Amino acid sequence: MSCGQYKTSYREDMKIFQTTFVKFWLAVLVISVFLFPFMAGPYLLYTANLCGIAVIGALGLNILSGFTGQISLGHAAFIAVGAYASTLLSLKLGLPFWVSLPLGGLISALSGLIIAIPCLRLRGLYLAIATFAFHFIVEYVIVHWNKLTNGTSGLTVPSPSIFGLALDSDRKIYFLILFIVIPSVLFAKNLFRTEAGRAFIAIRDNDISAEVIGIDITKYKIRSFMLSSFYAGIAGGLYAVTLSFIGPEHFTFLMTIEYLAMVLVGGVGTIAGTVFGAVFMTLLPEGIRLLKDALSHDFPVLVTRMADLQASCYGLVIILFLIFEPTGLFGVWIRVRNYWKGWPYSY
Amino acid sequence: MDSEGLKILFQLILSGVIVGSIYGLIALGFVLIYKATDVVNFAQGELMMIGAYFCYYLIITYHVPFIPAFLMTLLFSALLGILIEFLILRPMIGKHVFSVIMVTVGLATLLRSLVGLFWGHDTYRFPAPFSDKAIHVLGLSILPVELATALAALVMFILFYLFFKYSKLGLAMRATAFDQKSAFLMGISVRKIFSLSWVLASVVASIGGIFLASVSSLQTNMSIIGLKVFPAVVLGGIDSVAGAILGGLIVGLTENLAGGYLSKVFGSGVKELSAFFSLLLILMIRPYGLFGKKEITRV
Repeated sequence: MSCGQYKTSYREDMKIFQTTFVKFWLAVLVISVFLFPFMAGPYLLYTANLCGIAVIGALGLNILSGFTGQISLGHAAFIAVGAYASTLLSLKLGLPFWVSLPLGGLISALSGLIIAIPCLRLRGLYLAIATFAFHFIVEYVIVHWNKLTNGTSGLTVPSPSIFGLALDSDRKIYFLILFIVIPSVLFAKNLFRTEAGRAFIAIRDNDISAEVIGIDITKYKIRSFMLSSFYAGIAGGLYAVTLSFIGPEHFTFLMTIEYLAMVLVGGVGTIAGTVFGAVFMTLLPEGIRLLKDALSHDFPVLVTRMADLQASCYGLVIILFLIFEPTGLFGVWIRVRNYWKGWPYSY
Repeated sequence: MDSEGLKILFQLILSGVIVGSIYGLIALGFVLIYKATDVVNFAQGELMMIGAYFCYYLIITYHVPFIPAFLMTLLFSALLGILIEFLILRPMIGKHVFSVIMVTVGLATLLRSLVGLFWGHDTYRFPAPFSDKAIHVLGLSILPVELATALAALVMFILFYLFFKYSKLGLAMRATAFDQKSAFLMGISVRKIFSLSWVLASVVASIGGIFLASVSSLQTNMSIIGLKVFPAVVLGGIDSVAGAILGGLIVGLTENLAGGYLSKVFGSGVKELSAFFSLLLILMIRPYGLFGKKEITRV
């Protein structure tokens, strides 16, 4: 048994899948993820779909906030832009799904560009406030541009089909999402081994130093914004398809908070952590539902105030993680892993 | 402009000033916390809402008269401020700005949903002891409660001005805001100042909340008003008490004028949006707000 992991070259250090152990369990994970829809019921599948969408969206937010250090409180707005854009493209222009989904992502990326330009000079708090204002502007446009978005009545999303194959069941959508999640995760993971990704991290760690060593901050901030909102847009398009109905009530500020919680709970600036966080935060409402069922006998009022219970749990989770576990679930995972790696001589 | 149009304009300005003074009160609490502790408090609107709900609860459930209920609310919100500072913000000292912002966002979510859990989302009429008869001055009409609100805000501003200018504690707070380390070395208990600023912010917020609920109504959407502090402080400068008040007034005026004149063109939501829109515009031109100090960062 090895008592440590010794790397003798940079190449080895840069590897994504570092050990056979990791490769083995990843393969198990991938196989089980592919087998999952054949064993799960429709409700589980639906939840799994939401998990996948959350992974994509949270990756986007983590690229911008976790890796580039640009605090965004407008993530729900980007998701909304993607959802509405892809839905409207297929509704009004009759574009096939495989065109409208990436186009929706691109339109969302474009909105990211638009918001990035005024935000380039802003930092920290001011950026948070500006993206926050952006959220309210998007919400306003959705509610009031009746002709296009159908206002508060919402839009019915046409059932998608890819090359003649109708994606009419949760299982088919599951595979669609899976085929998008895997490259999204791999792309994000690889991104931070490239020049652009390292520039993002440099900007996060100290933007002035980054500029001094020759990183074009403007260019990379814009790229980060656009990439983040592209991910958000894709997540939005998939969200629309999964829900098959979208309205302004799906893209409230609580959604932004939910995504921020995913990033914080999972681990700021980690890819694996983002996946943990997204799955955790998507399953949390299910846990809360159990809690509600257990408590509803004593507190019948909870039945009608499920949304509040959920929101209070989000708030509590964010606060508790920030105070007690700032590195998130990823940090917990690393700690547990390191403990068992050297067990029983874990020193 | 004919006299009727002029009258509408003045009426809009008047109600803008009244709403703006409430915004100013909330922004004042926000600036207090930011100045002394460097924390951006996203939960300011929720503190305000909790104060209003607590007062309502005392009056309706325990039939406490308005004035004692008001005073008890102040005590309650002071305790709440201490508790929040001690439990949530103190462990975050020295952490990254992202974490600090997020912890207050989490706090805001928690407080808002707790209010929703306890009191639901119905709209209540706040039982304030003001008559419903409007006072007419120079052809403009103003409700007594609105007059009281503007007066209360004015009194608070003067009190805070005097507090910061002359009282020992106020001076200590200013010193802490200016330079924590030097203040600490001068024998100021920075820890106490941190608690105090949360207490003051929370108390000011609950006063604002009670007046806001009296002017309009008591509902969980009230906390949205708390978000108006951002345009206000960005306008007025995030570290200036006078600027916060001025910013609040400007936001109130902008909203009312935009609501009065632009809603025919852009639809009903333009009133709420105008503040955020002007906020974005201002930040585009001046990234540190209108009167904000440009931060000098060293590597």
